[in-house]
Amino acid sequence: MNTAPAHTEHAVVVSALGKTFSVKSGDVVALDDITLTVEAGEFVSLIGPSGCGKSTLLRLIGDLDQPTSGTLEVFGKSPRQARLDQDYGIAFQQAGLLPWRTVRANIELPLEVHGVAAKARTARANELLDLVGLGEFAEKYPDQLSGGMQQRVAIARALAERPALLLMDEPFGALDEMTREYMQTELVRICAETKAAVVFVTHSIPEAVFLSDRVVVMSPRPGRIERIVPMQLGSTSARADDLREDVSFFEMVTAVREALHAGSEHAPRGVELR
Amino acid sequence: MSSPAQADSRARIIAPVVVGVLVLVGWQLLVTVGEVDDYLLPSPASIWAQAVEFAPSLLSAAAITGTNALVGLLAGSILGIVAALIASTSRLVDHLTAPSVAALAVIPIVSLAPVLNTMFGADSQFSRQAIAGLAVFVPVFVNTLRGLRQTRQVHRDLMLVYAASPTQVMRAVTLPTAVPFVFTGIRIASSLAVISALVAEYFGGPRGGLGGLISTSASSSAYARAWAYVLGSIALGLAFFLITLALERFATRRQR
Repeated sequence: MNTAPAHTEHAVVVSALGKTFSVKSGDVVALDDITLTVEAGEFVSLIGPSGCGKSTLLRLIGDLDQPTSGTLEVFGKSPRQARLDQDYGIAFQQAGLLPWRTVRANIELPLEVHGVAAKARTARANELLDLVGLGEFAEKYPDQLSGGMQQRVAIARALAERPALLLMDEPFGALDEMTREYMQTELVRICAETKAAVVFVTHSIPEAVFLSDRVVVMSPRPGRIERIVPMQLGSTSARADDLREDVSFFEMVTAVREALHAGSEHAPRGVELR
Repeated sequence: MSSPAQADSRARIIAPVVVGVLVLVGWQLLVTVGEVDDYLLPSPASIWAQAVEFAPSLLSAAAITGTNALVGLLAGSILGIVAALIASTSRLVDHLTAPSVAALAVIPIVSLAPVLNTMFGADSQFSRQAIAGLAVFVPVFVNTLRGLRQTRQVHRDLMLVYAASPTQVMRAVTLPTAVPFVFTGIRIASSLAVISALVAEYFGGPRGGLGGLISTSASSSAYARAWAYVLGSIALGLAFFLITLALERFATRRQR
């Protein structure tokens, strides 16, 4: 459960972080001198063209990969300790549900692994099913669900242990635009309810703008932070669909887009300008 | 009016039935109207008559051969699965077993029959069961090992995030992912089990099984009866195949 110590305000502190991958043709610098702090409860998006290392950065925070240089703290601990303490929940681009388990059993998976009693698991799963609006699908199997519904199950699973930090790697990347906007609105609501900090990797500028307190614009080869753009759009919890048509929203989209273009001389490949 | 899909599935059932009936009718005509001697090539009708006449011995023979095949299928599958589990967790064991499994795969297992018959005595069914088991072991081992390596990256990452123990990873992700592959292996092995158990009977040992009765009937020139026992072997092999196919379908209903 939430074991984050109360005295720290920082969810994630990254300083002078570097990551180099060794491949046959030599070393590839995926991340270079990354410094970034995510406050508790803050929503931060990482955006940038393919190869800028945004997913790598997320994996380092989640202790799924090890940095080559620099330091990284999650709630004042090492990423490894934070992982062992289950301080964060994670969602990937693929929902990654276990196809042989029902929706309910998928949501209960992390609780089961950590030895939560069956009764408490059922109760928590019910709460989460309500939270993501899938109550009537509890006994269905993943292959009976649409892509958007599967992703909602994955988010419910990530929230199962009430983490104070959510790591999300392009969770809506494979969804169509309509579903995607719906999921974004849902995520805003869920985050307001859970008060979790979020590190969110995305290719989409409007998505990053709509969801975030701050948008971290990254540039490739080597992966660096180009600029951190604060979203002057008011509290994220107060955001609703009408914001998408607001002038301030377009101003922020423009600001992020300009930061992206400043980061690469060529047109930023792999970035969706929709 | 029927949908194209319905018409398609109907055609898929009707076509082979039509072909089968045509072949049987042609065969029957060849023997009754044509010049072929019923002694050399018994007609389907006389084979069927023999099958009905010798039904009790046909059934008990199928039971003997079927039991040998089933014992071999179960034992070989269990050994194959256990060996694959060990090989998947230890690279050393994998490297040690790979050559012997490859060697086992190229041995015509039935060629061991005379040797095993002599080893375990002429009045024992064990050598047939062992031969069936050996034949089953290879496909079950190979498929299970492959299945144990099909775990998706996203599931492995997830279990790493949960800080799950190796046993928990095995139970929650690795084994369920492998299950469809295990059953594919068993389905492939089921026909091998019947064939091996049956052919092993040709090399001596107790009589009474389908293989033994086929060779006895043929050597006493009762060709129609020999064919009737062949018919019984086909039915037995088909039964093994269909049951294991149903198991495989059940195991894969949620995957791929």
